[in-house]
Amino acid sequence: MQKNVRSYVTTGPMSAAAQGDDLVEKISVRNVSFFYGQFEALKSISVPLYDRKVTAFIGPSGCGKSTLLRILNRIYDLYPKQRATGEVLLDGTNILEPGIDLNLLRAKVGMVFQKPTPFPLTIYDNIAFGIRLYERLQRDEMDARVEQALRRAALWNEVKDKLNQSGLSLSGGQQQRLCIARAIAVNPSVLLMDEPASALDPISTSKIEELIDELKSEYCICIVTHNMQQAARASDFTAFMYMGELIEHGVTEDLFTTPKQKRTEEYITGRFG
Amino acid sequence: MNLYARCRLTSRIALGFSMAAAAFGLFWLVAILWTLFYNGLTALGADIFTLSTPPPGIAGGLLNAIYGSFIMTLLATLIGTPIGIMAGTYLAEYSRGNALGQTIRFINDILLSAPSIIIGLFIYGVMVVPMGHFSAWAGAMALSVIVIPVVVRTTEDMLNLVPASLREAAAALGAPRWKVIVLIAYRAARSGMITGVLLAVARISGETAPLLFTSLSNQFWSTDMNAPMANLPVVIFRFALSPYQDWQDLAWAGALLITVTILIINITARLLAGLGSKGR
Repeated sequence: MQKNVRSYVTTGPMSAAAQGDDLVEKISVRNVSFFYGQFEALKSISVPLYDRKVTAFIGPSGCGKSTLLRILNRIYDLYPKQRATGEVLLDGTNILEPGIDLNLLRAKVGMVFQKPTPFPLTIYDNIAFGIRLYERLQRDEMDARVEQALRRAALWNEVKDKLNQSGLSLSGGQQQRLCIARAIAVNPSVLLMDEPASALDPISTSKIEELIDELKSEYCICIVTHNMQQAARASDFTAFMYMGELIEHGVTEDLFTTPKQKRTEEYITGRFG
Repeated sequence: MNLYARCRLTSRIALGFSMAAAAFGLFWLVAILWTLFYNGLTALGADIFTLSTPPPGIAGGLLNAIYGSFIMTLLATLIGTPIGIMAGTYLAEYSRGNALGQTIRFINDILLSAPSIIIGLFIYGVMVVPMGHFSAWAGAMALSVIVIPVVVRTTEDMLNLVPASLREAAAALGAPRWKVIVLIAYRAARSGMITGVLLAVARISGETAPLLFTSLSNQFWSTDMNAPMANLPVVIFRFALSPYQDWQDLAWAGALLITVTILIINITARLLAGLGSKGR
């Protein structure tokens, strides 16, 4: 792990939120471009993602923020005709290299999607599915792991009496927390969240945000959001993207109060986007 | 007459025609079922399930034909279902619209609508002629050739209905491709896939033409897969055309049995499909 990384931070001096901490760069995105067929969706993006910090990606629809997230666990690889160039270093290893074991990578880099995607399995098996992929556990050990994951996702009290019911029987907000529990059950080191609250009601949204705040003590979290208040509330660093380019990246507080770039200012004050 | 009144009139006339068309279709369906039940129920008795097909003039039943139909349908399903599911999985999950996949899909669609007598003749050519005699194996093979395209099609369609986000979610946990398919996609498509298999069973349980050239029929009780075996459709075909009243009665009873079986299979398939759409 690299410590005391060169500062990629492009905005101002570090604010209280980030000061004093030893910033560890968990993921370094370097000159990454992305292509859907011939279309260049990302244009030479470079951005650091710090361990135990939340980095938010904001920007208008189609600016490439979700695309960037989908590079970090190479989920885009499921589809032909999509490719990325450049370097993405995860703990110093370039995950865009051809020889990388994608399943192991994805076990290490968890992802939560915009729409809740519970498997058509019981609540228990939704969580156990990922654990079983890489670990052989006794029944009681598995029970403990499932409970632990559900507790950390603040869902245990709501589902502890119906673990054998289908995951699809839960409400939207509960389903999304189930998906978060499922993602953290396999002990990843990075958590990617693609607009995790955009399909949820305000109460569920605030639960998810509280959850992010708790989880960041253990993970490197990247969150894509349309909601600027959410980015301001939940993140330590924010990156503003526009038309496939990274316009500005910095400490959240600074980016929202004193943006360096004119386009950032226009976007966060609602003049376009 | 103003515009609104004309709209209403047109709508009423169209509705009247649709209802008449529906009534016309339903009338024949009810007429067929009524005739079948009327004639079949009078012929149905305990003998049907305990005695084999008799010579004319002697008491008998359909036991050998029921057994033969059951065994050959079961074997055909056991042979055709795994092949159909694997081929359907290849088309939906692996082919990604490549030339091979499109060719297989095209050929499968042709096979799906191929007249069943052609399939019977095909198996006659490749199995019955080389073996030198009709056999239950050949009958089961002919039926399985009918099962395969139905299962391929429904499997592919049902897997295509599984949202990509579900596969992404499983892959994002580090699941290898085959586990994503077997543990998640199959589970999500399960009721639809079972429905497809049941519909294939319903389809073959009434097929006559492929069996005429393969298993033929057998007047006597036989469990020898290498010999001709009795089966309901061919027995119905022969007995219904015969001049003997008791044979004709047995044909009615057999027809009723097949119809009720298909009805039950279809209702089961429908219930399963309904269960699936509710998300279990």
